[in-house]
Amino acid sequence: MALRDELGPYFGEYGGRFVPESLIAALDELSAAYELAKHDPSFQRELADLHRTYTGRPSIITEVPRFAEHGGGARIFLKREDLNHTGSHKINNVLGQALLAKRLGKTRIIAETGAGQHGVASATAAALFGLECVVYMGEVDTERQALNVARMRLLGATVVPVTTGSRTLKDAINEALRDWVANVETTHYLLGTVAGPHPFPVMVRDFHKIIGEEAREQMLEITGQLPTAVAACVGGGSNAIGIFHAFLDDPTVGLYGFEAAGRGVDTPEHAATLTMGRPGVLHGARSYMLQDADGQTIESHSISAGLDYPGVGPEHSWLNDIGRAHYRPITDAEAMDALRLLARTEGIIPAIETAHGLAGALQLGKELGPEAIILVNNSGRGDKDMETAAKYFGILDGGAA
Amino acid sequence: MSSQVEAAISAKGKVLIGYLPVGFPTLQESIEAAVALVESGIDILELGVPYSDPVMDGLVIQEATQVALSNGFKLAHAIEAVKQVTARVDIPVLLMTYFNPVIQYGVDKFATDLAAAGGAGLITPDLIPDEAGEWLSAAEKHDLDRVFLAAPSSTDERLAQAVKYSRGFVYAVSTMGITGARQDVDVAAKTLVARLRAVGATHVGVGVGISTGTQVSEVLTYGDGAIVGSALVKALNDGGVSELRTVASELAEGK
Repeated sequence: MALRDELGPYFGEYGGRFVPESLIAALDELSAAYELAKHDPSFQRELADLHRTYTGRPSIITEVPRFAEHGGGARIFLKREDLNHTGSHKINNVLGQALLAKRLGKTRIIAETGAGQHGVASATAAALFGLECVVYMGEVDTERQALNVARMRLLGATVVPVTTGSRTLKDAINEALRDWVANVETTHYLLGTVAGPHPFPVMVRDFHKIIGEEAREQMLEITGQLPTAVAACVGGGSNAIGIFHAFLDDPTVGLYGFEAAGRGVDTPEHAATLTMGRPGVLHGARSYMLQDADGQTIESHSISAGLDYPGVGPEHSWLNDIGRAHYRPITDAEAMDALRLLARTEGIIPAIETAHGLAGALQLGKELGPEAIILVNNSGRGDKDMETAAKYFGILDGGAA
Repeated sequence: MSSQVEAAISAKGKVLIGYLPVGFPTLQESIEAAVALVESGIDILELGVPYSDPVMDGLVIQEATQVALSNGFKLAHAIEAVKQVTARVDIPVLLMTYFNPVIQYGVDKFATDLAAAGGAGLITPDLIPDEAGEWLSAAEKHDLDRVFLAAPSSTDERLAQAVKYSRGFVYAVSTMGITGARQDVDVAAKTLVARLRAVGATHVGVGVGISTGTQVSEVLTYGDGAIVGSALVKALNDGGVSELRTVASELAEGK
């Protein structure tokens, strides 16, 4: 069987549905609705129309030669998901799930968000389809991503700061799950990454695989060959699986996911789940996670709110174990250097999340040499990160600060 | 092979099942509180294992378990609490635990140690029978009860499955929601219990939202057990063991 054909609920030993019984009916209903929609030409047509007329798909490919000079001279190409409406890849999944929510007759969507990208995308889809929208966001993240909070509110969503646990993405997911348990009849949980109980990892992947499908064709057209390597940042792993998926059965294409190493994987302050974690159950699925000896989840750290998550999607755990994809850590400092480098050499300011993948591409370029062709998922734009970046680089005027 | 919990239910007819988290506010105080519950008329104890990501719990239990964790709760303390409590009181003691801690401890090892400590079994809020193969084998091997949840949204087929794989009792979740006191216990609870009986349930505990003696009485008109958690945790938090005794006695009057 081709690697692309994996349909869940399990990827090897990973995945499954480790959730309260109260949610099983909703998950079954969602699985059934998704199976129908997947094979329904009218659903696919509606989604494709939205991609074309609302999101701005297909997203373009940009070669970045001045940036690539710093990466061993390999050719580096960016898949420009940052140019999508709402500024990241997140819109792909959100439109698909919002259409499904409508089909299921749900009038309310809830979402978790870390950096706010998924929250903004969810609020956008809710506005577009006339759905009520509640976004759970860790209190720490509402502070470091204040601009995105304002965007969500402007779009009509209610943003609920989560004050329990580590007050970050993981706790926002817990709170969204609690809301869903209580309101499942009227509410769809629009989960924003390829984690969570089945069918989310498969469904969210399917809504994002368009990234790799477009990019594979575009790269063949531009370079006449498949890339040597494909790189992406990995938090929960949605943009990475989105660009990897089309290449899974191309054995010559190396797949590389770059996790947030925070202050370093030799410190306690990182979010490098596949590098440093071990298998367990978190948020409804068996996968790698950061945990102590007792199975208590360890709080992660990353300068990037979107990668600050102690779990990872089950398909990545499986791809890691079978050796089809390779996962490496990138520190806060390496990511911020790559962010500034891309801004200064190419005039593109990526999200801090995305910058982890870019830093990884520079590493890969040096290893693979000038013959290599590296495709990077430029998953999001950096506007939302200006405050963090300005502080990090000390580039705010005293008066402006 | 016999179920401590089923024996207790058969002997008493209707039972009150009380929940408290291990390690709240400290290990020793939680053990004293559990013993006090039994002295106040609780028939079956459900000791909660504090966990970093308790998706099924409302704020009262979340806050208590967070205190337990920051006061240094370790998984071994859960086994230790069972051992100390069962040495002092003669009622069944179940652990209620999210499943990852059990996986990390080792499912069979956990079952071995729980049985050796005199524990009756596990209630597993985020483990459905579909994913429970390893736990079911271990429970069978060590003669432990396994309590699965049944929800108002569950299909009849899934209710039958919950009944088939549960031993001790099947946990009827009274309402679509997380733990915490509610003014009214849903009519959904009564309907759910009737549906569980129709697919063969002989021992049904009803939980989530029950906080008064009157609610206990009402639930016990159709259920075999009434499960109370948040109301007890709140009492312990607000007024220590003496307040806990008061609230537990009031609940026990509802039997």
